[in-house]
Formats: sequence, structure tokens, C-alpha cells
Amino acid sequence: MSAASLTSGDEIARRFLARLRPGPGGWIATGLTVVLVAVAAGASALLLLLTGGSPSASAAAIWTGSLADATGWTTTLLNAAPLLLVAVGACICASAGTFNIGQEGQVLIGGLAGAWVGLRLALPGPMLVVMVLIAAAVGGGAWAALSALMLRLRGVNVPVSTLLMTFLAIQLVTFAVSTPWLQESAQGSSGIADAASNPLPANARLAGFGQYPSVQLNVGLFIALVAAVGVALVLSRSRWGFRVRMLGLNPLTAKHTGVRVAALGGFTLALSGAFAGLAGGLLLVSPVGTNRLQAGLSDNFGWDGLLVALVARNRPLVAIPVSLVFAVLRAGGDFLSATGVPYYLVDVVKALLVLAFVAPPVLIDLFSRRRGATPQAAPDMSVVPTKVKAAA
Amino acid sequence: MSVLDSTTTILASGVRLTVPLAFAACGEYIAERAGTMNISVEAMMLGAAFTSIATASATGSATVGLVAGVVTGLLLGFVHGNFSHRAQINTFVVGLVLNALVLGLTSYLITTNEFVSHQVHMLSIPLLQDIPLIGKPLFSERWPAFLLLALIPLTWWLVERSRWGLELRAVGENPQAADVTGIKVNMRRRQALLWCGALAGLGGAYLAVGEVGSFNQNMTAGRGYIVIAAVIFGAWRLGRTMLGCLVFGLSDAMRLALPALGVTLNAQLLVAAPYLLALLAMLLFTTQHREPGALGRPFERGST
Repeated sequence: MSAASLTSGDEIARRFLARLRPGPGGWIATGLTVVLVAVAAGASALLLLLTGGSPSASAAAIWTGSLADATGWTTTLLNAAPLLLVAVGACICASAGTFNIGQEGQVLIGGLAGAWVGLRLALPGPMLVVMVLIAAAVGGGAWAALSALMLRLRGVNVPVSTLLMTFLAIQLVTFAVSTPWLQESAQGSSGIADAASNPLPANARLAGFGQYPSVQLNVGLFIALVAAVGVALVLSRSRWGFRVRMLGLNPLTAKHTGVRVAALGGFTLALSGAFAGLAGGLLLVSPVGTNRLQAGLSDNFGWDGLLVALVARNRPLVAIPVSLVFAVLRAGGDFLSATGVPYYLVDVVKALLVLAFVAPPVLIDLFSRRRGATPQAAPDMSVVPTKVKAAA
Repeated sequence: MSVLDSTTTILASGVRLTVPLAFAACGEYIAERAGTMNISVEAMMLGAAFTSIATASATGSATVGLVAGVVTGLLLGFVHGNFSHRAQINTFVVGLVLNALVLGLTSYLITTNEFVSHQVHMLSIPLLQDIPLIGKPLFSERWPAFLLLALIPLTWWLVERSRWGLELRAVGENPQAADVTGIKVNMRRRQALLWCGALAGLGGAYLAVGEVGSFNQNMTAGRGYIVIAAVIFGAWRLGRTMLGCLVFGLSDAMRLALPALGVTLNAQLLVAAPYLLALLAMLLFTTQHREPGALGRPFERGST
């Protein structure tokens, strides 16, 4: 496929829809997903009714807070960018068969590295933002690379090590923001150190790049979209992407065809960490944030981004609309909590939504096996081998 | 306050913080020996803590609340087992989703409901509780804590001495071989998760109706992950796992007590200690083949 054929809008749309379209016999899966999403919505409505809330009012509040006007759209798009970046990273390493679940920590470490650089380098204008973002990506990548190293050297289970590293990251950031590393004026007037770093210089703030028509677009979203499309192309079109997918589908075959399994697996893991770290950097230089590093910086963006990747079944292009849906829920949830319904409702909806999307293909596979039919190809993400090394 | 008194206080609070970890770790130990890296233990503890208070508040009995907690854990174990060892959804995915779901659900319900606080009663062993230094911490507890004295040996016997346990270990070590000898691999793993759910539920319920008497948002605050760390730190042996729980419980107690004693120590380091120790333990133990061979890997007949 030449790049020229991609210029046609119809072609892009057709291919995009083809990606969304399930495989043979998959229409049942689509139907089941629709049913399960309806069940998830129904269950959330029931939960609201049982606790004396109003489903219609809550749905309206989520709509108002996220999509009803320019302010809502701005907030939604601001939320979508880090979610999409984290999800794209998760797609890469899941394609290689490595399951990284430590994005929350990698986001935080990205923020830490970004803040460290941002407070130290005195660069003019937009140079500083660029450096902060690069440092954030390197930081997040390095944090994930530690897990890759532990796998390589000692065979430590990747999901477990990335999970444990997340809690280390939270404590590291909590500690770091109260030290002179990130806080020159460590003591406030009360004598108690702030739980946040010094604010970054004013030019370390990502400007919005225009109002279309009155929705403030942010550079972060642009970066995330480029990343999603770029990763999708690289994974599906390039030789490197082919190796990555082969590694994920069958590490043994990959090894025999000359893929350096450990190196490639480790690199994809580090890359997924770098994307999460970049998301952390974006949060740090966000046009609406405080421009300070604190332990709450990641604000579940890591976990939610991982859920986005799960719903998108590790396809970066599908992650674009999914991250938008999750961003709607996040932005709407904030507005919802202002109307007196706890934000946590949105967390329930998110989890149910993931279940509704993850369950159908495996359920169908299960029932077709029950009926004694030939098993279909294994679903994309459900049997991701957790140990590349064990098979190598 | 004398040194002896403050030591007793720290010990007492350390033991109290250890008990819920120890219950859940017994369960997680069984699940991991069967080959499930069960990260939904956090959901099991948190869900059980919530339902125990909700049920106790509704029925007026803390003991009924405790039972409700165990049932909640069982239910979550059942869900996790069927999702990951029947439908073959990746066990980490199931765990993540369950954790997110239970955290969201309990947080939502606790902010929209009022519950009356309930607590099970204290049980003090006469004479033994008068031993200086360790008497109060060890022999004067909320009564469910003493269930540990039976559950730890029972868990050990089940895994190391019963036929069920032998099959369980085979399933965790080499599912293909176990399958060939006629063991139903995924069924054993589901059973192990039921055990895990019941025990983690007991731990969570103990935290709520035992120690605190009420529920607050995200009450377990990552204790489930500390339990996972304890099992890893214990190199998948029950005795060392329990020791790990005690170490982590005591370090938590120190973190809470040291500021009052005027000692400044890095709080973050103490909070991070369990995870750090677990990572170090993994780095050390993996070459000694202590880890169940098939830990975290799904089993499907015909796959390798």
C-alpha cells in the first residue's frame, strides 16, 4: 500500500471501519457488545435509582460537562490527550506480547523528570516545553526499562514488576516534591513543606493552538493523535512493526526467524513507558493545570489509559474514539460531582464499559468450544503471554 | 511514656495492622501456588470491608457482617475464576477491571449511604495477656483475629499435605503435565480463587468490622497489593509470607507511631518498603525456582 492511497478520505474511512469490523462470525460479538453496553448503562442507571439519584439528570450533567458547549469540549479534549498517549503506549507493548500495567507510575515519573528539567533549565520560549516533554518521555521510558531489565536479567514477571514499580513511583514523587530537588523554598510560612513542587517557569506551559470555532484545541491532543496514527502505521506497515506483532503472536517463531526477542520485547516495554511518561509531561505543562508536580498529577490517567487500550483491543486507531469516550466520562464526571452525584459513579461506568467490551469475543469463543466447533483464532488481547522469556 | 509502653503500643498496632494482611495473604498464597497471579485481592478486601459494614449496619450484628464479607470475597473469587480460568480472559485484565469496579462502586455507595458503625467484641486470653511487652499485642484482640491460629495451619496442611494441595501445586508448577495426569487444571485454579476470595474477604471484613468499626472511601488503600508483595517476599512459602505480613504490618505501625515519638524517619520509604522488598525478593528468588512455574500464565489444552 503506497502512502498516496492514504490521501483519499474515503479510503481512510473504509480502512478505519474495516479495523472496527470484527472477524468472521464476529457480528455476534458486535451484537453481544451492544447488548452488554446497554446492560452496563442499565446497571449504572439502576445504581443511581437505588441511591435516590436521577439517571436522566446525571446523563444530562455528563453531557453538559463534556460535549454541550465549547468549554466542555475543551475540557474533554484536554482529558483525551494523555489518555490516548498512555493507551497507544499500552498498544505497542501488548502487540509485542508484554503486558505493562504500571502506566500510572510511568506517568508520574514522566512528570518528575519533566519537572526536574523544567526547574533547572533556563531555556527561552517554547524550547523549555519541548525539553520538559522530552525529559518526561525519557523518564517514563527509563522507569519501564527497569522492569524490562528485571525481566531480562532475572525473569521477573512484567505485569507484577510494573505494578509494584507504580507504588514505588508514587512514594518517590511524594518524597521528591518535598526536597530541594524540586522545591527551592522548601518551607511555607507555616513551616510545613508543600506537597507540590515549585511551579515551573511561565514559558513551560503548553499554549492552546487556536480556537476552532471556540473550542480551545491543545497541542497535547495533536501530539497524541500523531502518535496514535504513527504507531498504527508503524505496527501495521513497517518491518519493525511486523517483528513486534510476530513476537506478540508467537515468540518462538519470532526467535527462530531471527528476532532478538529479549531486546525487542524490552524496547517495546520501554517505549510504552515513554508514551506514558510523555502523558505525564503533558499533564505537567497543561494549559489549565497548576504547573506544579504533585503525587496527584497522574490522577488515574495511567489506569484509565490502560483501560482505553483494553477496550480498543490494542489497536491504536480504535483507541482514538475510545479515549474520547473515556475523556467524556472524566470531564462529565467532574461536572456531575458538582451537581451532587459522586464522581465515583463514572468509575463504575468505566469499569462496566471495559467488561462489556472485553467479554464478548472470549464468551463466544467459549461457547463455540462448548459446542465442539473448531476454536476460532485466539482473541487479540485475551491470551497475551505474560512471559516473553519463558517461551524464548 | 516509658520505652516499654511505647514498644507495646507499636507492637499492638503492628499486630492489628498485620492481621488483615495475614488473612488475605493466606488466600493469595493459595491462588499463586495454583498459578493465578491474583491482583483482584485488593477488590476482594475492599468489597468485603464495605459489605461487612453495610450488612452489620442493616442487621445490627457485626458477626453477620463478617460472614457477609466472606461471601463477598467468595463471589469476587467466583467471578475472577470464571472470567480468567473458564473464559480465559487475561487474569491481570480481570484483576484491574474488578479493582476499578469495586473501588468505584464502594466509593459511590459510601458517599450516598449512611451506615451505623459496628464492631466485633474483644477477646482477651486470661493470664497470657498479662505477659509484659507482648501480652497485650498478641493475646488481646478482636475475636476473629484468633481465627488466624486455625487458618494458617489449615492453609499449610491443605497445600502441603492434602491431595487437593498436591494437585494445586502441580497445576501451578506445570499445568500441561497436570492436565495429562487427569487433573482439571482450570477447575483447581477456580477453586483456589474461591479460597483466596473467602480469606481475602475475611481480611477485608476484619479490617472494617474488626478494627475500625466503619468504612471509609478506599479503606484498604492498597493493602491488597501489599499482600501480593508479602507472598512474593515470602518466596511462595507460607511461613515466610506470614513473616512478610508481620514485617509490613510493623513497618506501617512504625510509620504511624514515629512522629508521635519525635523520631523523624522518611515516611515515604516506610510506605514504599513492602514494594521495594518484594521487588528485591523477586530479583533474588527467581533463579532459585521458588516461583510457581506457570505463575500468571493461562492454561488452555493444546497450547504450550
